[in-house]
Amino acid sequence: MNVAVAKTGKGRAVSDLFASAEGRLPGSPDVIAVRREAFESYERLGLPHRRIEEWKYTDLRALVGEVLPLAATPDAAALKRAADAVKAHAVDGASKLVLVDGVFAAELSDVKALAAEAGFKTLPEVLDKDAGLLKTTSTDAVIALNAALATDGVVLSIADGAQLSAPIQIIHIATAASASAFTRSQVAVGKGARVTIVETFVAAEAGAYQVNDAVIVSVGDNADVAHIRLMDDAPDAVNVTSQFVTIGANVKFNFFNMTTGAAVSRLQGFIMLAGEGSELSVNGVNLLKKTEHGDTTLVVDHAVPNCVSRETFRAVIDDRAHSVFQGRIIVRPDAQKTDGKMMTRALLLSDEAEADNKPELEIFADDVSCGHGATAGALDDSLLFYLKARGLPEKQAQALLIQAFVGEAIEQIADDTLREHVIGIAERWLERRS
Amino acid sequence: MPAVQETVERVKRIDVDQYRYGFETLIDSEKAPKGLSEEIVKFISQKKNEPAWMLQWRLEAYRRWLTMTEPTWARVNYPKIDFQDIHYYAAPKPKKTVTSLDEIDPEILKTYEKLGIPLREVAMLEGIEPKVGEDDPARRKIAVDAVFDSVSVATTFKAELKKAGVIFMPISEAIREHPELVQKYLGSVVPTSDNFYATLNSAVFSDGSFVYVPPGVRCPMELSTYFRINERNTGQFERTLIIADKGSYVSYLEGCTAPQRDENQLHAAVVELVALDDAEIKYSTVQNWYPGNSEGKGGIYNFVTKRGDCRGANSKISWTQVETGSAITWKYPSCILRGDNSRGEFYSIAISNGFQQVDSGTKMIHLGKNTSSRIISKGIAAGKSQNTYRGLVTAHRKATGARNFTACDSLLIGDKCGAHTVPYIEAKNSSATFEHEATTSKISEDVLFYCIQRGLSQEEAVGLVVNGFVKDVLQQLPMEFAVEAQKLISISLEGSVG
Repeated sequence: MNVAVAKTGKGRAVSDLFASAEGRLPGSPDVIAVRREAFESYERLGLPHRRIEEWKYTDLRALVGEVLPLAATPDAAALKRAADAVKAHAVDGASKLVLVDGVFAAELSDVKALAAEAGFKTLPEVLDKDAGLLKTTSTDAVIALNAALATDGVVLSIADGAQLSAPIQIIHIATAASASAFTRSQVAVGKGARVTIVETFVAAEAGAYQVNDAVIVSVGDNADVAHIRLMDDAPDAVNVTSQFVTIGANVKFNFFNMTTGAAVSRLQGFIMLAGEGSELSVNGVNLLKKTEHGDTTLVVDHAVPNCVSRETFRAVIDDRAHSVFQGRIIVRPDAQKTDGKMMTRALLLSDEAEADNKPELEIFADDVSCGHGATAGALDDSLLFYLKARGLPEKQAQALLIQAFVGEAIEQIADDTLREHVIGIAERWLERRS
Repeated sequence: MPAVQETVERVKRIDVDQYRYGFETLIDSEKAPKGLSEEIVKFISQKKNEPAWMLQWRLEAYRRWLTMTEPTWARVNYPKIDFQDIHYYAAPKPKKTVTSLDEIDPEILKTYEKLGIPLREVAMLEGIEPKVGEDDPARRKIAVDAVFDSVSVATTFKAELKKAGVIFMPISEAIREHPELVQKYLGSVVPTSDNFYATLNSAVFSDGSFVYVPPGVRCPMELSTYFRINERNTGQFERTLIIADKGSYVSYLEGCTAPQRDENQLHAAVVELVALDDAEIKYSTVQNWYPGNSEGKGGIYNFVTKRGDCRGANSKISWTQVETGSAITWKYPSCILRGDNSRGEFYSIAISNGFQQVDSGTKMIHLGKNTSSRIISKGIAAGKSQNTYRGLVTAHRKATGARNFTACDSLLIGDKCGAHTVPYIEAKNSSATFEHEATTSKISEDVLFYCIQRGLSQEEAVGLVVNGFVKDVLQQLPMEFAVEAQKLISISLEGSVG
């Protein structure tokens, strides 16, 4: 769509932002050149708006309007608050990597252990040698902006055959108000390796901040990866995350996302099945209230034959919240014997809630089995009545039914501890509601 | 699962090189010079003897069109159209004023005969009732409006319809004879500013059908329009307006064909339906424009805006389409469910072969309370074609109790084609209940279970459920069209994908 981008006053503010941030951005002059190129392509596009098909339901110009200046490097007080947040949100037994306001906090992280186990490095360390991590083929404006402004991130290279029993938890903590954090991370999983990655986005007494994160994941043949993302940002935050996943042959990849916070959030995942015989499971839950806007956009690209993909998505929408699910399954001409299924369901708890679903199929091979289903509706009155007749108060009866509703997606998490951790977050959301 | 052999063969039988309507009628015609300008718009208006308000309406649309750009969001690719390289008006040269069938150019009559359109029944136009015993009970009466290039050449059964109070005539005549109705309803469903092609149509439309069914009248026969593009380098821009007044019922169908030519021709029609309280309109299309040859050369660009407005309470509009022709189809027959308890339906079978590109679907816009809609779409892609279903279901905040059921299946034959599904589902209140399915195995588990329990296989059960459902609708088509349609729906569902 050719829509002329009007240069607004806000657009100019971003230009200034890049100029002022340039000195702080890690990387050699080559890297800075890549960043400047990315920034120029962002400037051409501007913030995504509803006339851009992929952003039809999440008009960042209307919802967000402007990109806030980069957050300052966290001071001691901020790190202290962050340390408390880490304690509150850590997964039992996980090795931690903590980013505070877009800056890696070594003192809060298990650096030594992860350097040995998972080849951990920070983004600046890697960028010193190679600008490759900032390059993508995407034409998306927020991804370009991320490449231009990413200040930090974690880079993991998990060796072939490594079996990591403890999950690795990457915790993003916001402590600043009216500021933005740009991070970019990479996870390379070796052949036959086994690992669980948890990403957590939370705030430590911060408000109205913006997060723009990008994660690039590559999975070697025969690996087994669980990737869980928990977005529990402050109520007036903005979180836009882009994930690129490339999957080798005979891989088991299990992805789960849960959104329980942020005024405006979007997870856009681009997952490519590039090796035969792999199984992909992508699941998600949106729990939204007040005027929150939560968008999950997933593109699953079957580039090779004989892969299976399953997507289960649930949205619970209260008050005047707005949930968006856009799922696309692409089956390339050679990808015969593909088995792809996608199911998305939305539960509207209020008359002013809105659910938009766009489950797309794009199929170029003839011997495949693909399908999608989508439903939207209210809680079943007869079920509610049944529970109320047995003495449960309205809210509690609703909570029970909502739990069962989202349970279908949550139970796809194989690890017991993690599943309990996720259920705990969902329960807290339900308590806050009642 | 790949498509079964039987399906492959059936689709092959309607492949692009099997096009049976590709002949050309050699006939003198009168054409407007190529290109589009205010002069051309005035020329068309003058040819049609239109009142001043109509010309004004067209000119406004034309001026608006100049400011618009072509839509590019559909999944279709074609070279840029040169809108100045088209004749916007072409009409068979009239020998004299036509008052009866015998005076219509015999070449045109022959054309319609060859196409199998029942113009023989036109004899009855003159009030000659068939003798007892001559009447074939299987053959229902159909009133036909035959549109040849830019003009309507014949409308049958006018007298009999008039007796029932139904107005069925070319729209150009209606503009002169029933200006109050036309002025009230024309552009009220598809406004002149609606989209690029609808606006173009508003400026240059030459003919089409007009139907008005008065309150409480059940139209005594099927109404039908048969569109034929004959002339070279012309575009056909027809406009159809159907109004079903309170408590009335009408069933309308259209068919379309065109000669085989190497060039691409543009067909940009607008169809507007208005259903008032308790009225019902059933609109069926068998679209068989020339699809181009097996190398993808030639064929019709079918860029059509069709929309129905369930304006009154308890009204109902149902679209049925069988799409096999056209090089490119860009068409979304939609329903605006404005009246409380109104109902919209969309049944579609789209089959693409050769290099055809289809981007079709529907929009169900729920505005009134307790409105319901149903969408059943079957897309079959073969050869090197691309077949896209694109649909929108939306419930407004005040559309409490809105319900929708959507099922879209597609089937691919061969590995050079593509089938795509792009549904948009927007629920803006909690009492809206939407269900969208794109897997055959998911169509009502209860019904399937019932069938399977009685000894049918899963495949047979699915076939029975979906085919039975679609068949039910298609059987309502008159015989002439039903033959083609029946052949298409017998295509097995086996191996279909979502």
